[in-house]
Amino acid sequence: MVKTIAEINEKIKAGKAVVVTAEEIIDIVAKKGIAAAAQEVDVVTTGTFGPMCSSGAYFNFGHTKPKIKAGGGKALLNGIPAYTGWAAVDLYIGATAVSEDDPCNVIHPGNFAYGGAHVIEDLVAGKDIRMQIEAYGTDCYPRKHLDSLINIKDLNEAVLFNSRNGYQNYNVAVNLSEKTIYTYLGTLKPKLGNANYCSAGQLSPLLNDPFYKTFGIGTRIWLGGAEGYIVWQGTQHNPHAPRTENGVPKRPSGTIAVIGDLKAMSPKWIKGVSLSGYGTSLNVGIGIPIPILDEEILKFVSVKDEDITCAVVDYSDSYPNGKPDVLGEVNYKQLKSGSIEVKGKKVPTSGLSSYKGALEIATDLKEKIEKGEFLLTQKVADLPCGDKAPKFGPLKERPVKEGK
Amino acid sequence: MTASKIVLNFPKDKIDKPVVYRLIKDFDLSFNIMKASITPDQEGHMVLELSGEAGNVDKGIKYLKEQGISVEPLSKDIRVNWDKCSQCTACVSICPTGALHIKDRATMEVAFDSEKCIACELCIKPCPPRAIEVHF
Repeated sequence: MVKTIAEINEKIKAGKAVVVTAEEIIDIVAKKGIAAAAQEVDVVTTGTFGPMCSSGAYFNFGHTKPKIKAGGGKALLNGIPAYTGWAAVDLYIGATAVSEDDPCNVIHPGNFAYGGAHVIEDLVAGKDIRMQIEAYGTDCYPRKHLDSLINIKDLNEAVLFNSRNGYQNYNVAVNLSEKTIYTYLGTLKPKLGNANYCSAGQLSPLLNDPFYKTFGIGTRIWLGGAEGYIVWQGTQHNPHAPRTENGVPKRPSGTIAVIGDLKAMSPKWIKGVSLSGYGTSLNVGIGIPIPILDEEILKFVSVKDEDITCAVVDYSDSYPNGKPDVLGEVNYKQLKSGSIEVKGKKVPTSGLSSYKGALEIATDLKEKIEKGEFLLTQKVADLPCGDKAPKFGPLKERPVKEGK
Repeated sequence: MTASKIVLNFPKDKIDKPVVYRLIKDFDLSFNIMKASITPDQEGHMVLELSGEAGNVDKGIKYLKEQGISVEPLSKDIRVNWDKCSQCTACVSICPTGALHIKDRATMEVAFDSEKCIACELCIKPCPPRAIEVHF
């Protein structure tokens, strides 16, 4: 049995496609077996909703009279610095940007109540944003100062563009030290007081197609409540991570870079978050539809929480110092049960990625496909996978001595 | 027997008075101090669970109020803004009493049981969307 994306799209247009979520497929396979399920089901939808720091947005705010060139100058959006290196009136705001006035971690742990991610959320929510620009002025762009309210509805383009999202699996963070630590995986209590994980597990897009067979560059996805696209592999994409027998990576591995129209998105799914003592980040909602082209793909999407293992890592020493030590491996069924065992101790668990949000996304995508509102796409190019894929490594630091 | 969780705010001139002792002595109440602090300007803040005969709990609370201490039921203190909550569950392993808990492990939906909350406020900052609010 082999189906094509074109055939599945014909069924979607005719309202006859069988679409289920990556959670529902597990029971279907248990009852009917791989072969029958692959015959019956056309599309399996996935979802994830969690903090994805390597996110941001760019927009074009339109020319002023007289004209100003923000490029090379300075720009603030609600007090948060935006990147101006893109010529005249394009700005890029990153999720982790914070105000120059923010005390950050001077008084530890910093609060990080408002940052670039919150500016993006406010833009999506249709709130006015104060934009302040200082430029050096040229003959063709003479204006040097601009202080104006802007609103997403008036921008020429507003685009979410995230360089690394949708991490395929992630570490479980714990703290072996004597004091509380504050990380991008949340607040970690001392002496294994808690363990935080960050993946939607069996619903997570890249864990349901572990070798990126059905999606790649050019694939249309559900992004922030609207449509978006995978544009490239994400930064730090590392398909070489060790894998289980079922092909699922046991460590952080594949990632995707995504793009989409910010104007069409919802603040429910593009949400600024504050990680105490760490900084700001953006909760991004992503869903990827997986076409069931053959039995092998069906087998991949039937992956269960208990089949997905990940590493428990000490964030008080191993992680910050780049040590490869792992305290053990656990699976997502154990993580979602409320506690895991680490070094003989029962440790309560929490997620940073919202499983409930992921399920809502997978369900919304399923309904859109069922209604014929979302069609599948043939990828234009593969994401790197296999031996030839580039390797992800640390900085080869070459210190420069002063005066040389 | 009845139990009541209350938040006491002591004005500056009352922090050295043994009012809690009088609750035991005069009203036959037992208590569990869940939180106590004195602010830099010397106002006292205490979260207390009072238990004893129903009538005595009411009399004890009346006595506290007569002493110029503000008494509020604890349930008013901590609220979850569900519109802001992303249902990530970060708060659940931080909460020492299980007030913030997971209602259903299949959907991983977070719920808040205000009866169990002791207003320790440990959950406030670990919440990424800052959905947990303190109300006085």
